[in-house]
Amino acid sequence: MTSRVNDFAFKIATANGTGSASANGLIMQAIFRMGVPVTGKNVFPSNIQGLPTWYEIRVNKNGYTARTPTFDLMLALNAATYAKDVAEVRSGGYLMFDSSWPLDEKLKRPDVTYLGVPLAEMCNATFKGVRERILMKNIAYAGALAALIGMDTEIISALTKEKYAAKKPLLDSNEKAIALGYEYAKANFQCPLPIHLEKMDETRDSILIDGNTAAALGAVYAGATVGAWYPITPATSVMEAFKGFCMKYRRDPETKQKRFAILQAEDELAALGMVIGASWAGARAFTPTAGPGISLMNEFIGLAYYAEVPAVIVDVQRTGPSTGMPTRTQQGDLMLCAYASHGDTRHICLYPSDPREAFEMAAKAFDLAERFQTPVFLVSDLDIGMNDWMVPKLTWDDSYQPDRGKVLSAEDLENAKSFYRYLDVDGDGIPQRSLPGVHPKGAYFTRGSGHNKYGAYTEDGDEYQEVLDRIARKVQGAARVIPPPFTRPTPGATMGLVTVGGCHAACLEAIDLLAKDGIKLNYLRVRGFPFADEVRQFLDQHEVNFIVEQNRDAQLRSMLMLDTGVHLEKLESVRYYAGFPMSAHHVISGVKAKLEKAA
Amino acid sequence: MTYIAKPKVHHPSLKKNDLGLTRRDYEGAITTLCAGCGHDSITAAIIQAFWELSIPPHKVAKLSGIGCSSKTPAYFLREAHGFNSVHGRMPAVATGANAANGDLIMIGVSGDGDSLSIGLGQLCHAIRRNLNMLYLLENNGVYGLTKGQFSASADPGSTAKKGEANTMQAIDSALLALTLGATFVARSFSGDKAQLVPLIQAGLAHRGFAFIDIISPCVTFNDHDGSTKSYAYTREHKVEVVQADFVPPADEISAEYQEGSAKNVMMHDGSWVKFRKLAKDYDPTNRDAAYAHIRDHQRKGEVVTGLLYISSDSKDVHDQNETVPGPLYNLPHAQLCPGNDALQKLMGQFR
Repeated sequence: MTSRVNDFAFKIATANGTGSASANGLIMQAIFRMGVPVTGKNVFPSNIQGLPTWYEIRVNKNGYTARTPTFDLMLALNAATYAKDVAEVRSGGYLMFDSSWPLDEKLKRPDVTYLGVPLAEMCNATFKGVRERILMKNIAYAGALAALIGMDTEIISALTKEKYAAKKPLLDSNEKAIALGYEYAKANFQCPLPIHLEKMDETRDSILIDGNTAAALGAVYAGATVGAWYPITPATSVMEAFKGFCMKYRRDPETKQKRFAILQAEDELAALGMVIGASWAGARAFTPTAGPGISLMNEFIGLAYYAEVPAVIVDVQRTGPSTGMPTRTQQGDLMLCAYASHGDTRHICLYPSDPREAFEMAAKAFDLAERFQTPVFLVSDLDIGMNDWMVPKLTWDDSYQPDRGKVLSAEDLENAKSFYRYLDVDGDGIPQRSLPGVHPKGAYFTRGSGHNKYGAYTEDGDEYQEVLDRIARKVQGAARVIPPPFTRPTPGATMGLVTVGGCHAACLEAIDLLAKDGIKLNYLRVRGFPFADEVRQFLDQHEVNFIVEQNRDAQLRSMLMLDTGVHLEKLESVRYYAGFPMSAHHVISGVKAKLEKAA
Repeated sequence: MTYIAKPKVHHPSLKKNDLGLTRRDYEGAITTLCAGCGHDSITAAIIQAFWELSIPPHKVAKLSGIGCSSKTPAYFLREAHGFNSVHGRMPAVATGANAANGDLIMIGVSGDGDSLSIGLGQLCHAIRRNLNMLYLLENNGVYGLTKGQFSASADPGSTAKKGEANTMQAIDSALLALTLGATFVARSFSGDKAQLVPLIQAGLAHRGFAFIDIISPCVTFNDHDGSTKSYAYTREHKVEVVQADFVPPADEISAEYQEGSAKNVMMHDGSWVKFRKLAKDYDPTNRDAAYAHIRDHQRKGEVVTGLLYISSDSKDVHDQNETVPGPLYNLPHAQLCPGNDALQKLMGQFR
């Protein structure tokens, strides 16, 4: 293999619950601190202990962060998955295994170099106790890897010291284990391998963060005070992070009393009911969930839409239908979120593509929910939410003031001639709102049953329709203020490529690679729904638009058709929905297949 | 829910409370329930209770789910915000409203379908949480709006209007509440306003979940001979264990009861509930004894009413959460947002 510096991918195969996560985190962070762009994808089972788990790390000096489906180096440390892991090594690549046991000859490939490291043997000889031996085996493979790919030992040492500053015995064990692996690899192999790292300066202004943590921070910064939830993979860490940040930033400095309330509900129905109650009473409130939770919340979503109560719902999508694969990613809830609940509904959705956007859009969601008095969905996914992404440092504009919308104060109400909850006083479809407990003139009866513009019960068809039509106008108005689409033109391109959310990285890389083959594509990524007019214009401009997404039924393409009126023949669908994050490879092969078919 | 506005003009000589408001100021729209419905008597008791306590109506939030009972918040306290939510889910909405603004005085009105079937889970968890609200379960044993199906509170052996007998066990909401650790449990009858008004007042003063199950006959579908939730049956089989009187914070407790038969419990707001024991040796602060007493009388076909249980050690959601005093919804943004400096400092942890 010719030397490839700072451009390769490797994968670590272990069993979950053995402590490999700390070793993998250490490896990621060490590469990041060497200034080299890096991303990690945790492929984990819906299980606590003993089942196969993988960690994929891609190092790329050009900053391409999408997943790669094959690997230059495999750390095959789980005998249960050897066969599968061997098959994923690129021709000419490497496989490291625990040589404490012989490797089955049938698993050997002539085009792969095998590197045996007796991890178990070394750890058994060095450490006492079963648990420590298992844990330190992980740290030992990190040490061997450090030698093989040329990780900076000083950085590893500094990271270990930071992590175990308060736990001296653990620090000693970790340092010993790293040295075991490192020294063995140095003594037995030609280190570093042709695929290796060299220091760069490309991560100085970046961080490694997952989207759930970032979304939780967005909620803190936007001033959310009530969080209601029911635990569900892969959304659980949103509320855990929110709680952690609130305990740090949201307690009275003297009394330690909380300026927040987190309600763990009995189910997702109750979680959204709590958000609706809290928002109705004037708080910024949200609930994080996944697809099954959205399914349960449907009745309440319709109530919030029709009674015009703000609500922020974070959907960290996982594969469906039904329980699906809870620890795999997908974009299967696009239509579910956009049109949730019975009757005519249409909801504002925001689509982050990485943790930084998850932070910014989480904060934006509260402004939109209160401005438009309606549910707003932050449509994230497992890949964005649970994996560590390299993104620019998060920043906050201290001049930000929350947009609380048209909420009338006690003084407003005192001076008002009259107040009717659902009157379109400003002609923008957005009525005025009052909060309970503020002023007698603000009282009204909130109901999900038919009501007229004065807020009174009605079974009169015209009165009912007048309100329903105004709500449609109101929500459509959001298209002008939601985050505009991200676009990147390619000179001379006549075809378009449109995508959403976490496919972004794969699409950008694919467009660059396709351009080398003479296939030029203009790029647009939708960032919100209802779609801005710019989206329709983009689709109109091109003879063909490739719509790239991660679900079976081309949901984004359907929404584009319904919402922009663009004809189906202009929209060619490219899909990948097997549960792993999309790779550039999927986009390229999908686009090429469509072009060949057309030719 | 049909809605007929009630004229606000009323006679100048009507009695006024401490706020200068008359009873009429605590009314709502004209009821659209059937003539003689027990729920309307309960609405009248609510109006009386709030008026006597001089509670500013706009400080109240009145919530409900779906069903005949859930229509009633439209019929009282027109100057209070109302929320007619979805079937069986009012407790969640109330929990959220209370989290956002713990200063709201919250009353929830529900029925036996709303609370004991579709909303049984939500009721249970609101009790567990000890949400600070008054929760009235207007219990008639029947689904009214869908015309006469048995509800989960229908007693085994009781019959529907057309004679069909119920074969399933009933859920007794008071026993359920006691089992789940409710801090205030009462049972009453829509036809006994003298008992109901002080119970409502005591429930409002209770910091925590104040649960009152009220037998409220359905005159249209469940007021016949085979019913155990009819006016006639309830009047005949009702046994009062404790007469509770409510004494507001400022008033002195008068000693009109005989020594030894009365017991006073001080509420969080400084008011008092004064018990007059009608059943010998009944102790409304003993959960296990209350449970056994209700079961004993049930076996005899009797309905025990009054304030059945009260805990003097009640910690509501905010007490448990250790929330700052006052509402959360209007905290200034500066107290909620850590700012960019803190964010930049935090970014160091992600490198």
